[in-house]
Amino acid sequence: MKHRYLPMTEQDKKAMLETIGVSTVDELFSDIPEKVRFQGQYNIKPAKSETALTKELFKLAGKNADLKQNASFLGAGVYDHYMPIIVDHVISRSEFYTAYTPYQPEISQGELQAIFEFQTMICELTGMDVANSSMYDGGTALAESAMLSAGHTKRKTIVVSSAVHPEYRDVLKTYAKGQYLEVVEVPVKDGITDVSVLKDLVNKDTAAVIVQYPNFFGRIEPLKELEEVIHEQKALFVVSSNPLSLGVLTPPGKFGADIVVGDAQPFGIPAAFGGPHCGYFAVTNKLMRKVPGRLVGQTTDEEGRRGFVLTLQAREQHIRRDKATSNICSNQALNALAASVAMTALGKNGVREMAAANLQKANYAKNAFKAAGFEVVYDGHLFNEFVVKLNNPVKQVNQKLLEKDIIGGYDLGRDYPDLANHMLIAVTEQRTKEEIDTLVKELGDLHA
Amino acid sequence: MHNQDQKLIFELSTSGRIGYSLPELDIPEADLTGLLPDGYVREEEPGLPEVSELDIMRHYTSLSKRNHGLDSGFYPLGSCTMKYNPKINESVARYNGFAHIHPLQDESSVQGALELMYDLQQHLKEITGMDEVTLQPAAGAHGEWTGLMMIRAYHEANGDTMRTKVIIPDSAHGTNPASATVAGLETITVKSDENGLVDLEDLRRVVGEDTAALMLTNPNTLGLFEEHIVEIAEIIHEAGGKVYYDGANLNAVLSKARPGDMGFDVVHLNLHKTFTGPHGGGGPGSGPVGVKADLIPFLPKPIVDKRGDEYVLDYDRPQSIGRVKPFYGNFGINVRAYTYIRSMGPDGLKAVTEYAVLNANYMMRRLAEFYDLPFDKHCKHEFVLSGKRQKKLGVRTLDIAKRLLDFGYHPPTIYFPLNVEECIMIEPTETESKETLDAFVDAMIQIAKEAEENPEIVQEAPHTTVVGRLDETTAARKPILRYQA
Repeated sequence: MKHRYLPMTEQDKKAMLETIGVSTVDELFSDIPEKVRFQGQYNIKPAKSETALTKELFKLAGKNADLKQNASFLGAGVYDHYMPIIVDHVISRSEFYTAYTPYQPEISQGELQAIFEFQTMICELTGMDVANSSMYDGGTALAESAMLSAGHTKRKTIVVSSAVHPEYRDVLKTYAKGQYLEVVEVPVKDGITDVSVLKDLVNKDTAAVIVQYPNFFGRIEPLKELEEVIHEQKALFVVSSNPLSLGVLTPPGKFGADIVVGDAQPFGIPAAFGGPHCGYFAVTNKLMRKVPGRLVGQTTDEEGRRGFVLTLQAREQHIRRDKATSNICSNQALNALAASVAMTALGKNGVREMAAANLQKANYAKNAFKAAGFEVVYDGHLFNEFVVKLNNPVKQVNQKLLEKDIIGGYDLGRDYPDLANHMLIAVTEQRTKEEIDTLVKELGDLHA
Repeated sequence: MHNQDQKLIFELSTSGRIGYSLPELDIPEADLTGLLPDGYVREEEPGLPEVSELDIMRHYTSLSKRNHGLDSGFYPLGSCTMKYNPKINESVARYNGFAHIHPLQDESSVQGALELMYDLQQHLKEITGMDEVTLQPAAGAHGEWTGLMMIRAYHEANGDTMRTKVIIPDSAHGTNPASATVAGLETITVKSDENGLVDLEDLRRVVGEDTAALMLTNPNTLGLFEEHIVEIAEIIHEAGGKVYYDGANLNAVLSKARPGDMGFDVVHLNLHKTFTGPHGGGGPGSGPVGVKADLIPFLPKPIVDKRGDEYVLDYDRPQSIGRVKPFYGNFGINVRAYTYIRSMGPDGLKAVTEYAVLNANYMMRRLAEFYDLPFDKHCKHEFVLSGKRQKKLGVRTLDIAKRLLDFGYHPPTIYFPLNVEECIMIEPTETESKETLDAFVDAMIQIAKEAEENPEIVQEAPHTTVVGRLDETTAARKPILRYQA
């Protein structure tokens, strides 16, 4: 058969078989026992030409309501943000996207330096000393922080706020099962972690306390008070943080966080139905040698030229095997590059300006809902999300909104039984005043 | 700074420059301090660069030139399946209806995405011979851990709580034992025999009532098909264990042998290897896991199901191990893999394996005269050489790898697997032409000759790269992991 990805001709094949000393390709498979040899062809769809396939898949994509044609007020960990167009141009350079992990530093300086810059930017935003080269996503980064904490403290209990993303908590529980760790949840009071309950829950068995900042309801957790309670019991203080919010919020590092994790999706990474995004993992110097995943370090060559290498690899699976700090191998390098480009484009001023625009527009929207007579639950300081109580099931309301080209907010009743008919509304810098006003009006009409 | 140093983006920063264009703030602006609690307004600005858009493009273009990708040249990295990354995949993954959809949208508004996932599951089931597939794991290692967690849950559901050991060959990828540890299981190593295959006697010795699973890559990391696979699976099954297939090397057996038919109970696939999701400089990947019927209840939730004409996310799975990742996996990579499978069809996938194996055997035969060939038999998609002969001349495998850089090649995998001295592991893949294979072989032959006649040129390589060999010892002893002004 002929195919554009398969360059061998019949003539090539003949010459090669001769060199090998066999007469057919089949002979090369003679070591596969007859009993398990697959006969015939896979029963899968036949190949399509480039034109036919792109036509089919374009149509399939068109069945989805996308964030370009609809105004989205859906967040809950994945956001519709400004993506500098330059990001896609950079990551489309195939020297980056078709490369493997930079194990040969002499011909991988571009990737290594880009990751070194990513690590620096994450440190700058979070206020931490060390950041790794990326994790799969915010959820698995959070789970890995629990494993690091348990290993470091030799303690077996993880305390997690119920205002942490529900799906992140689910992932945490799966990893905890693997490691025989106990997960205890702290309830929320008025939309933030209940510090007085936390005090009773944290003790000498607590490896880590994990909170989210801003939390799942959009509220700003009192990191200062939390830190005192947590460190008094010598547990590790883990903060899961939307890195964009740190353009305006005091970084967790300033409050004494030991580990900061999260997802860099807000920086130039498309929602892509939930992945691939880009987890990040940052720690204090003290925990540097316990970090999961790849780290890039600066060094020099024999002529004194600056260069970059993968370093502290004695932590990793390909060296330490069953004693490694984590099993992670592939990470999200290309998305870390995308996030770096976005952070570079935004720069010092843009990150603050974009974060501030989220804060401003979300507050404008919240006040508009209040003025329209809606009850805003857990009202208080927020970043870019808040909770509105509706009269009807959120699913039903969202289906109506879709007819108006609006993707409505998150149905909190899915995870919090007390919050049935409560919608978590995200307002990013992308939403216009007109879109916000339309949402308030449409919900008002449905509300009546 | 050395005068030839590539500048860091931070070193290009000039106060007052910008590289962004944010949407207008079309609402009345409130005072920021009132909007946040006292003490929570950021005071110190993050040290991010201030550069123009052209500065950014030049910087990253310059970095890209200091990086070797598959599109730059041949990349015969063993066990990594560095095959061509089709451009149609990149286009399709960027369609608005795939790239710009939110995972928590109402199911009715993402039927196209769910249909694609469902159909990909169907295709992967047929390709692997398994009964159900989850697309949730983000990468191969994540899939391994997911599979082992399911096996553990299966044994526990049977009251078999003493099954805590995972048997892993000494030639296995490092992720296998690491994943076992993260799944709360212990590793027992089984030796390879003189033919490079699992030593059956040793396997019988280590298997027992405590066996949770055997993890196997087939063909193994030496590129050899485990000929006794039927017997191996029987030994494990008779002892009550499960057999796990590490799909890193699936490119060798498409349409030739399916894991499900070989007796495997669980399989993970690396969609970024066999199914052309690009490697991205280290990720993102995608590591779907397929299972046989008795393990279906333990799959992570949700999985995509079809009810009538509607595609749904099925969360009602009481015995599920839970979530292994937020949302539904690395969808963007799954779109690429699906596009690839649909571009190849059944004949195409069969040809993939045939050419991958033909290419590897051809290179192996051409090189056998110049390098030691530890296992002299037909290989599958990759093969290993030993640099023992060159080592006696004072030239190490590392030197050979570095010398290949001067010829414009990415070197093969080296010093892996661990059970071959001075190992060189070569995987050409099916997408390379005979001319490319010949040119690489010629370079390897030249290096073998240089090792005899002029070893310094090899020992001191590379000579043509933007930096020479880097001081990794100092990098690890005195780590500099971030830029500081």
